[in-house]
Amino acid sequence: MTTPFYVSPEQIMKDRAEYARKGISRGRSVAVIFYDKGILFVGENPSRALHKISEIYDRLAFAAAGRYNEYEQLRIAGVRHADMRGYVYDRRDVTGRALANTYAQALGTMFSEGAGKPYEVELAVAEVGERAADDQGYRITFDGQVTDIRGFQVLGGAADAVTQVLESSYEENAALETVLNAAVDALGRDGTEPRTLAPSQLEVAVLERTRTQVRKFRRISESALARLLGVDGDGDGDGDAAAGGKDGGKDGAGGGAGEDAPAEEPSEKLSDKDVLGAVDDLLDEEDSSES
Amino acid sequence: MESNADWGSRGGLPQAFLTPGISSFSEFLKGFAPEYLPGGRALPAGSSASGGDIAPHGTTIVSIAFPGGVLLAGDRRATMGNIIAQRDIEKVFPADEFSAVGIAGTAGMAVEMVRLFQLELEHYEKIEGVTLSTDGKANRLATMIRGNLGMAMQGLAVVPLFAGYDEETGQGRIFSYDVTGGLYEEHDFYSVGSGSVFARGALKKLFRPDFTAEEAAIAAVQALYDAADDDSATGGPDLFRKIFPVVAVVTGDGYRRLPDEELSTLVESILDARRVVPDGPRSPLR
Repeated sequence: MTTPFYVSPEQIMKDRAEYARKGISRGRSVAVIFYDKGILFVGENPSRALHKISEIYDRLAFAAAGRYNEYEQLRIAGVRHADMRGYVYDRRDVTGRALANTYAQALGTMFSEGAGKPYEVELAVAEVGERAADDQGYRITFDGQVTDIRGFQVLGGAADAVTQVLESSYEENAALETVLNAAVDALGRDGTEPRTLAPSQLEVAVLERTRTQVRKFRRISESALARLLGVDGDGDGDGDAAAGGKDGGKDGAGGGAGEDAPAEEPSEKLSDKDVLGAVDDLLDEEDSSES
Repeated sequence: MESNADWGSRGGLPQAFLTPGISSFSEFLKGFAPEYLPGGRALPAGSSASGGDIAPHGTTIVSIAFPGGVLLAGDRRATMGNIIAQRDIEKVFPADEFSAVGIAGTAGMAVEMVRLFQLELEHYEKIEGVTLSTDGKANRLATMIRGNLGMAMQGLAVVPLFAGYDEETGQGRIFSYDVTGGLYEEHDFYSVGSGSVFARGALKKLFRPDFTAEEAAIAAVQALYDAADDDSATGGPDLFRKIFPVVAVVTGDGYRRLPDEELSTLVESILDARRVVPDGPRSPLR
């Protein structure tokens, strides 16, 4: 028989925190960045099916780093929470602040009171507003702490290294293409040697203020991503253009905004527009405002 | 079952939110807060077979399939017994990006059911990362109507018409229901509601399998006009108040409700023709 020995609460919390941090640090990083027309989410994620970034509600999205099964459980709980609120009250009453608070309380409880192990996750909840000034983001850590996101936030193991790179390159109210390139570059500098991340290794999504639908969340496909990053989408000509054309159609606003531009642009650019859909409309607006 | 109606005020996540394995919002609701389900409320004792007098009723919905899509249209009248409860009610809604649902029957129950159905499809899409198949969507709606059977027996029936663009086949499809949740796939065209017999009669003579979306819209408005002509619970177009039928088209490009300007021109052209031939276009005898 062994006698249970005394462990101070400080030590218990320290051990639990260390355990959670270790788990999170094994995962790849995800960046949440505000840009002029919305909020961008970029994560290193070679899987097409298991997402780190997801839609929660009309204006809300979720990003996570850490253990997949645990943040997936929290994501589903978040979707249920948001849908429940929207159903009982109204769609406008589903807010990022309420969701972030809920996550914070849930994670805080699991960390300090849970009989099992603490969750090895780090979450971000972001809400796109009517204007850039209304955009909100929250980072929730494994122990239930909430911090406001200002400009950008990196989650995951190499967050410190990536944050350092982003701090030097980030500028407020930049265009999507600019922040995306900065983010991808920063995510590649998480170790001793800088890596170049290919579109197939990335998961990218945006909450787009200018989107005509109620649901502002949109994933950016691999081919569209390749074009935004200015990388070769290795021989993706016809097939992708067809798929992208459908996307453009769904986005509705596509036609109107783009129609005036094509005349003076080379035809190569024209097909870009089909592939990129709404994102490209944003880029077009950028172009025309500059010229 | 214990009620969880105070879920919002307690903070944190109730255990039910963390339970894995349920992709359906209504199934989740059934376990968590069944009082929010349309069929989840206890009915008062005694039956009122005259539900039509105590709550507004929606009336006529028509649907027409055309190559590459489907159209769903509804008049704007709601009645309560012999009273017109509302003259600009909307009875055609997008269910998701590629489907639409139109409702006839008790308006309150129907609107609630549509809200839940819309959420059901969106919830599934968010949780699973893919959309339900067209048949899957139609079946979900059938389950919801089945849950409303008790209300239907007391005179508060809901009879929707579901129309969707099937992304697998590239075709528009129409599904009708009965109060017991029976699901029937219809071909070419269909109509539900109090004026449906007249609308269906009109569509039978007007329908062509090679309709464009515009031609289908004309046929639908003609059919609704005929329904309003003979059914007092169906409202015709109101030019003075600018109240036109709701016409929605679902194609590969998604759900699109025709704007009022488009409908205004369409309705006026139909009325011009009816000024000469009040009963509408004449179909050949053979």
